[in-house]
Amino acid sequence: MSKYVIIGGSAGGIGAIEAIREVDPIGTLTLISEEKVPQYSRPMISEYVSKEATLDMMKYRDDQFWKNNNVNVLNGRIATKIDFTKKFVKLENGDKISYEKLLIATGGKPFVPRMEGEKKDGFFTFTELSSAEALEAKVTQSKRALVIGGGLIGVSASEALVKRGIKVTLVELKENILSLILDKTASEIAETVLKKSGVTIITGQTVQQIQGKQDDPSTVGRVVMTDGTEIPCDLVVVAIGVIPRTELVKDTSLKLNRGIIVDKLMRTNIPDVYACGDVAEAHDFLINENRLLPLWPLAYNGGRVAGNNMAGGKQIEYEGGTVMSSLKYFDLPIIAVGNINPQDTSSYEILVELKPEKTIYKKILLKDNKISGFIFLGEIEKAGILFRLLKNHVEVSEIKEILLSEDFGIVSLPEHLRQEMFVVN
Amino acid sequence: MKRIAIKEDACIGCGLCQVYCTIEHSKSKDAIKAYLKEYPKPVSRVRIETNKPNSISIRCQNCKDTPCVNACLAGAMKLDKETGQITHDTEKCIGCWTCIMVCPYGAVKPDSSGKIIAKCDLCPNREIPACVENCPNEALVCEEVEH
Repeated sequence: MSKYVIIGGSAGGIGAIEAIREVDPIGTLTLISEEKVPQYSRPMISEYVSKEATLDMMKYRDDQFWKNNNVNVLNGRIATKIDFTKKFVKLENGDKISYEKLLIATGGKPFVPRMEGEKKDGFFTFTELSSAEALEAKVTQSKRALVIGGGLIGVSASEALVKRGIKVTLVELKENILSLILDKTASEIAETVLKKSGVTIITGQTVQQIQGKQDDPSTVGRVVMTDGTEIPCDLVVVAIGVIPRTELVKDTSLKLNRGIIVDKLMRTNIPDVYACGDVAEAHDFLINENRLLPLWPLAYNGGRVAGNNMAGGKQIEYEGGTVMSSLKYFDLPIIAVGNINPQDTSSYEILVELKPEKTIYKKILLKDNKISGFIFLGEIEKAGILFRLLKNHVEVSEIKEILLSEDFGIVSLPEHLRQEMFVVN
Repeated sequence: MKRIAIKEDACIGCGLCQVYCTIEHSKSKDAIKAYLKEYPKPVSRVRIETNKPNSISIRCQNCKDTPCVNACLAGAMKLDKETGQITHDTEKCIGCWTCIMVCPYGAVKPDSSGKIIAKCDLCPNREIPACVENCPNEALVCEEVEH
C-alpha cells in the first residue's frame, strides 16, 4: 500500500513528487519507472548523442532527489495493469501496489510509420535514453545517416549527428521543415542554416523502403524514397513525433481520446486517478480546448498541479499550455508560440519585420487586438513579454505599433499592466 | 529575501545600472577591460527601457510562481527555498532558451557566448547589488521582502 503511486518518472512524475512533498512530507509515495536511470532530461538526448552532455549532466534533479523526497523508486519495472475498482497497479512480476491516489504519467512513445525493412540493424528512434545510447554506440562506425521527420525531434537528431561528423539527410513529408511551429519564411531561414551546417534537406517526400547492405542484408544500407531515388546510409533515425502511451489503460473505464482526458485539476474521469504530460490531453489556453501538447515544461507544470491536488493542497488549476517552442539549432535562436499559420488569415492582423542581413525575423499575429501567435527569430530576449500578453489574452491595441520595435519592453505596457507586474505578492 | 525594487518615477534612464552590472559580471571588474578586452564579453543582466518620458531598469524579479524554473529542460534553474531566489547553474544550462520564452519580464537572455543564459544573481559577492549602489538617482532600492 502506498498513499501515492506515480507511473512514469519523467517531467510530469517529478513535478508531482515535488508538489506532493510541499503539501504532504510523509505520505508514502511510490514511483514506478521503466527506465533504468530513473530521472534525466529527455530533451537532452540530442546533447548526449552529440557528446555535449554526459549522462551525469543529463540528470534533471540531483542524486539525492529520491531520498530527500522520501520516494520508494521502482526502476526498470513495468506497470501492466491498473484495477481502478480495487485501486491497485499490477507490475510485470505480478506484484500489486495499492494506491489511494494514482498519477498516470507514462508519457509518449515514438511514432513509427510503417515502412518496409524497419527491423534492420541501424534503425533507431530518438525519444528515450536507451535508443540514444544505442544510436550513439553506432556513430563512430557510421558515415551517413538519414533522419525521417523535419520537426523538433528530427532537426535535433540531425544536429547531434552532424556534430559527430556524420553526413545527414533530413527527410520531411511537408513542403518545409518545422512546419507545425514556424511559418514559411522562418522555416526557410532555418533550412538555410541547416544546409550551411552540412545537412541535406529533402522535402515533400518520405521513405518508402529501407534496404540492407549488399554484403549484409540485415544492416541498413540505403533507403528508397517515394519517388524511387535511392540514398545510401548506415543509419536511419525516425523522429516524427510522439504518441501517448495509453496501452495500460486501453479498454478500461478511463476516458480516452487520443490521450487521457483531464480537467483543469488534472483529474481523469475516475476518482483519485490523475494524468499529466505527453499521455494526457490537457487545457490549451489559446484555443480553450483540451489537446495533446507533448512538451517538457507543460508536463512538469501539469505534474505539479496533479501532485498538489492529489495531496489535498489548496486546490490549484492547471493554467494550460499551447504550442510553444524555443529552438537553438546550430546557434540560430527561435521562439515561436501559438497559432502561426492560421488557415484563413483574413481575420488576423499580421505584423512583420525581416532583417535578412542580421538574420532577424519577427512576426506577430493579432486577432481581435490580442496576440494569438508570434515568431521571434535571431532576437529573442523579449519573447517572454509577448508570451505573457498572449497567455493572459491582453488587449494590445494601444501598443501594437511598437510591439516589433527594438524599444519595446515592459515600459511600453499600459501603466496598470506594468504596475501589477511589480507588486510584491 | 532580497529584492530590487524599481522606482519608476525616479529612473532617469541613464543606463549606469547596465554599465555597473556588466563590470560586476566581468572577470577583470574593470570598465575598460570589461567592455573592450574580455572574451566572452560580460553581459548586463539589467536592461534599461525607455518610452519617453518613462524609463525603467528591468531585471529578474524572482517570481514566486517560478515560470523559468518550471520550464527549464535541464534542471539548471532552481528555486532556493531558503532565500526565495532563483539561481542558475551555468554548468547544467544547455542554452535551450525555454526560460526566455516564459519570462514575463524578458529578464533572461543569452550570454555573449550564445551557449547559456545570463540573468540577475543579486550580486552574491556584494552586500548591495552593483546596480543599486551605483544608481545616481536612487531609483533602485534593495529591500528585504517576505517570500
